[in-house]
Amino acid sequence: MLAVATCGLIYELIAGTLASYLLGDSVTQFSLVIGVYLSALGVGAWFSQYLHKALGRTFIEVELALALVGGLSAPLLFVSFAFVQWFQLVLFGTVFVIGTLVGLELPLLMRILKEHLDFSDLVSRVLTFDYIGALLASLLFPVLLVPYLGLMRTSLVFGVLNALVGLWGTYLLRPLLTKRGLAGLRGRAFLVVGLLVVGIIKADTLTTWTEEIILGKAVVHAKQTRFQRIVVTNNRQGFQLYLNGHLQFNSVDEYRYHEALVHPAILLAKTPKRVLVLGGGDGLAVREILKHDGVESVTLVDIDPGMTEIATQLPLLRGLNEESLMDEKVTVINTDAFLWVGQEQEPFDAVVIDFPDPGSYSVGKLYTTFFYRRLKQIISPDAVVSIQCTSPLVAGQSYWCILRTMEEAGFKVRPYCTAVPTFGIWGFALASPQNDLVVPEQLGQLEQELSFLNDSILANLFELPRDIQPIETEINQLNNQVLVRYYDEEWRGQE
Amino acid sequence: MAKSENLSRRQLLTALLGGQFAHSVGCGRSTLPPAGELSHTRFDLGHLLRDGVEKSVSPDAYKDVGVTIVGGGIAGLAAAWRFKRAGFDDFVLAELEENPGGTARGGRRNGFKFPWGAHYIPVPMPENQALIQLLSEMQVIEGLSEDGRPVVSEQFLCREPEERVFNDGQWYEGLYPSHGASEEDLLQLAAFRAEMDRWAEMRDASGRRMFAIPMELGSDDESVRKLDQMSMEQWLNERGWNSPRLRWLVDYSCRDDYGLPPDRVSAWAGVFYFAARIARAGQESQEVITWPEGNGRVVDYLKDVADDQIQTGLGVFEVKAGTNTELAQVAALDTKTRRPVGYRSEQVVFAAPQMMAKYLIHGFSESGRDSTGFRYGSWLVANVHVKERPENAGFPMAWDNVIRDSRSLGYVTATHQSGVDHGPTVLTWYYPFADVDAVITRKQMLNLKWADWVDVVLTDLRRAHPDIDALVTRVDVMCWGHAMVQPLPGFVWSPEREQASRPLGPIHFAGTDLSGVALLEEAFFHGVRAAEEILAVRGILDQPLVDIRNG
Repeated sequence: MLAVATCGLIYELIAGTLASYLLGDSVTQFSLVIGVYLSALGVGAWFSQYLHKALGRTFIEVELALALVGGLSAPLLFVSFAFVQWFQLVLFGTVFVIGTLVGLELPLLMRILKEHLDFSDLVSRVLTFDYIGALLASLLFPVLLVPYLGLMRTSLVFGVLNALVGLWGTYLLRPLLTKRGLAGLRGRAFLVVGLLVVGIIKADTLTTWTEEIILGKAVVHAKQTRFQRIVVTNNRQGFQLYLNGHLQFNSVDEYRYHEALVHPAILLAKTPKRVLVLGGGDGLAVREILKHDGVESVTLVDIDPGMTEIATQLPLLRGLNEESLMDEKVTVINTDAFLWVGQEQEPFDAVVIDFPDPGSYSVGKLYTTFFYRRLKQIISPDAVVSIQCTSPLVAGQSYWCILRTMEEAGFKVRPYCTAVPTFGIWGFALASPQNDLVVPEQLGQLEQELSFLNDSILANLFELPRDIQPIETEINQLNNQVLVRYYDEEWRGQE
Repeated sequence: MAKSENLSRRQLLTALLGGQFAHSVGCGRSTLPPAGELSHTRFDLGHLLRDGVEKSVSPDAYKDVGVTIVGGGIAGLAAAWRFKRAGFDDFVLAELEENPGGTARGGRRNGFKFPWGAHYIPVPMPENQALIQLLSEMQVIEGLSEDGRPVVSEQFLCREPEERVFNDGQWYEGLYPSHGASEEDLLQLAAFRAEMDRWAEMRDASGRRMFAIPMELGSDDESVRKLDQMSMEQWLNERGWNSPRLRWLVDYSCRDDYGLPPDRVSAWAGVFYFAARIARAGQESQEVITWPEGNGRVVDYLKDVADDQIQTGLGVFEVKAGTNTELAQVAALDTKTRRPVGYRSEQVVFAAPQMMAKYLIHGFSESGRDSTGFRYGSWLVANVHVKERPENAGFPMAWDNVIRDSRSLGYVTATHQSGVDHGPTVLTWYYPFADVDAVITRKQMLNLKWADWVDVVLTDLRRAHPDIDALVTRVDVMCWGHAMVQPLPGFVWSPEREQASRPLGPIHFAGTDLSGVALLEEAFFHGVRAAEEILAVRGILDQPLVDIRNG
């Protein structure tokens, strides 16, 4: 009986926790789950009056049904979250079914036991076990179950427990059962146990979904490409793009980042007709570039077709980038920029480099003197390059290493930074073989199309505060990749 | 084939990869990759030439040419390059194989380039003038720094991450398995490094480095000669260095460079491996220059320089040194037509292995020469084409990927240096027959089929990459019969080796085996040296590139 009571509360806790994980806002989710669950208990209790015959058998049937629905609830909810639009319907439906079954449990049990105990004793025993079970569940759940088993396994393990109670019942309530029904019941009990055990074994596959769920946001889209894991999440404020678990933008404040990244370079380039974007497969930098009428063509080189596909197909992202990648001026090339810059190109007038941070060797190679020298060969002498280069505040060595490396490759550079609430203080740089890189003074007509920059903010980007000043670093080369080491040291424990 | 010569799968895997593989035998042979082939160096022809082509065969006529170069490995090609530089092109180079380059050769297939043998060169130190000259011509070296060190173009220096090692089920950065090393391990490693630094820093009475590349430019002082009298293992024992990790590092290095375990490597060679690559104490070893096709890049460059003079598929079977009045005669078999061809020339560069000298050079033994001390080890190289990168636990794929408890040397990734980090690639897997002679004979080795080798290669790779079978699209295997000269104890500073570089009448010798260690730099040095000896005799030597100590 203790087991029965514990199982009931565990399912409720799982549903509540899952709902808060998946939908965020735990107060609302828990409150709703408890409400639905308690009312379903009432429904179950009320419904029990219509059951007269074969009480023993019905009780065991209820146990097995509960084992199945409760045991599979966590996997079911995880999976449906990924595939179903009306997740909440599934969530509360499941909670309601579990509640109803648990609601049936106690009245049935009391009626079965009333033959053997007097009424006051019966009520006292049943309710005592019920409340002790609840305490046990509420203690086990956060302390042992979630940390050691995880939600998925907890749900399945308690399903098994439920089914075993049912099976045990077939022996305990043997006198109440017909001989024919007995074999069927036991068969079904074993089937349910078997099913759930398979679930426990396979739980890890399902648990990979929890990676995204740990982000604490709804996962709108998740895809593993040959190059990276792309995850788009959503919460009340906006949506976010993660590559290999690293946040790339938050729709709430990405405009600050992209306006700062793009406009200074395009404004400084004398005649920005041909613009190159390296990385930036989300299409957001291109959105900003297309605001400049003088731009005749934009070439975007991003390694991952999976990324540019999402940028053109996922409605959320397509809306945010204003379908920039589908613009007729834009050509998308899916190849490793490292190899692409080695090919002959008609010279570009402006370049926007929007690679992920140099957290791995395969990205680090895109920040080397070798790469920048190659880049120099495919741009005009007074072309302007802008580049995102991580946070100069958190990762000063990494930031200045990128700038020094560009200088070593024959670029003049000019550092600048801005605040992006989601990221913190973020660093950029302008670079050019010959352009003087004088700070542009006027946004002119463009200003109406912007959400962040105005003339004074634009000038201010280039004013470096006292805590962001040049420091000596080594130069990043293919054969040393010091930048990856700097970056790893500086960001370790920060994220 | 006698039954005893057939090895069971268990015997083969255990012999080549070690006892720990016995358990994997039970799993049964996995399905073979869809394609691939086994090639041997032309041992059939090699043996035919060694055993002497029938005496009745001799060329009908001899063509007159200034110099004949016998052998088109790096040494022969280097001699050709040196002649061309001096404006001398009245020579012919005869190479037995279809492609010149010997063990420095590279291959290409399905858009990939990959090595078939040697695959890197440490950045040369200032004293190696000839090699600096070559690499500058190839635009690999961009210039010299203020203190005279060559500056190598970034794209040719091995890209980071350079090495990783698979240890206890995971990949770690670097070659030395530092993960889990005890304090004692690390102390011994530091002491070992300090000792190598000491040798790197030391100069002899003539101001020479104790160990230089080429070795001819290093010291011949008694203190280095003495090292040749013991094995590398004895040398470690004398210092009490018993750290298993240090022992492993030295063992790996000896097998990597010499194809021998430390108990069979001269301590001179063992120390040379480390000390000759350290410019100054406290510095890292010289960085390495590499290309996707390995040292095949150097072969291709040299081949283009002397394309008109190179004759491939031409197996020399007799070299006769002329007397004062007669010219030297070289007789060769055209392997395509099976007809003999003859050349008559004033000088010959003998750039074939020393082991061939007594069979090919008329009167070699009678002249008092003896080349029996020149021993050669066998290698197996496999190029494993994969359609996707294998999964790996821990540190990501590097250029050189070493599996700690394997008798193989692991593999290099062919696309690493081109910066291709995703998708299909070729893994070049190396196996030196360092310590299997007792278990598997050369004859048994030659009897093995492609499928047997593939089994060995994939069984080894499977330990670090359990998913490898599903990814492999092709495995090509090359069995190198006499790949590398072995620096056995006592050999490097033996009179026999020292004498072997001296000309025999009009015949000048070249080849890496003359140094006792198999390195591209040594082969190149001897090729250039031999060519310069001849140019001097012919009176057309302008400015020598190598400093000839022994004259």
